Amino acid sequence: MSDSLLEIENLRVSFPTPKGRVEVVKGLSLSVGRERLGIVGESGSGKSMTGRAILRLIRKPGLLTADKMRFDGQDLLGLSERKMRHLRGARMSMIMQDPKFSLNPVMTIGHQIAEALKVHENLPRREVQARVIEMLEAVRINNPEAVAQMYPHQVSGGMGQRIMIAMMLIPRPDLLIADEPTSALDVSVQGQVLDLIDALVREKGMGLILISHDLNLVARYCDRIMVMHGGEVVETCAAQDLHKAQHPYTRGLLAAVPKMKETRSTLPVLDRSAWGGT
Amino acid sequence: MGGHMSAITLKNLDISYGTTKIVHDVNIEVAEGESFALVGESGSGKSTVLKAIAGLAPDWTGEVSVLGKPCLHKPDRRFAETCQMVFQDPYGSLHPRKAVDMVLREPLRVHGIGNRDARIAEMLNAVGLDQRFRFRFPHQLSGGQRQRVAIARALMLEPKVMLLDEPTSALDVSVQAEILNLLKALRAEQNLTYLMVTHSLPVVSFMCDRLAVMNKGRVVEIAQAKQLHTGDFAHAYTRELYAASGAEIDTEDTL
Repeated sequence: MSDSLLEIENLRVSFPTPKGRVEVVKGLSLSVGRERLGIVGESGSGKSMTGRAILRLIRKPGLLTADKMRFDGQDLLGLSERKMRHLRGARMSMIMQDPKFSLNPVMTIGHQIAEALKVHENLPRREVQARVIEMLEAVRINNPEAVAQMYPHQVSGGMGQRIMIAMMLIPRPDLLIADEPTSALDVSVQGQVLDLIDALVREKGMGLILISHDLNLVARYCDRIMVMHGGEVVETCAAQDLHKAQHPYTRGLLAAVPKMKETRSTLPVLDRSAWGGT
Repeated sequence: MGGHMSAITLKNLDISYGTTKIVHDVNIEVAEGESFALVGESGSGKSTVLKAIAGLAPDWTGEVSVLGKPCLHKPDRRFAETCQMVFQDPYGSLHPRKAVDMVLREPLRVHGIGNRDARIAEMLNAVGLDQRFRFRFPHQLSGGQRQRVAIARALMLEPKVMLLDEPTSALDVSVQAEILNLLKALRAEQNLTYLMVTHSLPVVSFMCDRLAVMNKGRVVEIAQAKQLHTGDFAHAYTRELYAASGAEIDTEDTL
């Protein structure tokens, strides 16, 4: 297996404001192989922007610069928009947060999943249909033939998210970016969806970037963790060493989470002035 | 804690939206000064129970009373003085064109309470907001600050009972910690009774004395929050929810 699938050096994303350009990602470097990387941080830390920047989905007037951005040997910065479109979905894809807003309400589920495949591959109709059913089975949907005929409003949130996953995985990408894939779901369904992503990623040997604000969740499903704050990476560590984290911000975040066996009478609060945060 | 009178009594409560019955036969008694949680998945009817108490889901049968007074099937001015609600989304529950001062003044005006300036200044202090936030608009505040304003608004009429509908689920963990601390401190200071809807069992462990677990519109179990330490629950659904909430991971101490 190749060492690194994605290599980024000095990634910067900025947006213009009346007070000049504001950088939301400030010189981030990372390299991901066929492994599971978690990016954690609070709202406004730049974690989602990093995910979008990798797919070059920063729209004007946002500005994306980097010293190096290579995916499987190709220079992402030099690619034309047309070539980029071929790459997106087929080689790397992204699962968005909320299935309610990411699925097309007037298209059947079967059609939407098939569309994701037909854009990238030229297959006979029967085979497309077979792949769709197979994919729906892979995301553990009972009775896939019936579900393929349904519209998004007829399925539950957890099912909608599994359909999103099916849609993203059907072109068999090498890198999957999951941006808060379960924060719109109930705890009991969260586990199922993440177990599913995890199983599929391992099975197909893909790389996974899991973006989330939930430290424990990321620790459970990733090999490595990157903690972001204010557009910068404050700490990178192996998932099992998360509780040994050194940076005061990471420690503050960990301590602020209520625990199941809570005995503290007040929760420790981050001293935001230490990092000049909000 | 807990006086002799119960703060919230729900007896044989059924709630419907139109012809669909959402909540079936709920019986809960919350003591005065207690902090009680309703937990369950989305669609289990936990928020609907709060709405019924507040008169926002008027189609119910059974008995609902707060501090011994039966509740009406509609929003009620007298009732608002004893019982207030805080909603989940601080981005949606504040009027975008009303400054904090106006938001806090409105309940006083509606109920004809005087000495408004002093009360507003005092309340801002109580919820940990600097006086300089008084004339800001919601878009000039962060999520945590907005939720503080929403809590301040609910407390303006000095209610005894607070209905909290997922007060921290839209917030980051560090901000959640601040708001939970605030709610806990306010309850101790003003001897409030909380009925709190949440889907997070660790939050219950931190904030509450007892919890009722709801599934498909029914209460399947009422337990002590202490039971979250051991996980010995009577009902299979509660154990399932407990396991899904990651009971096993935080056994290793993260601190």
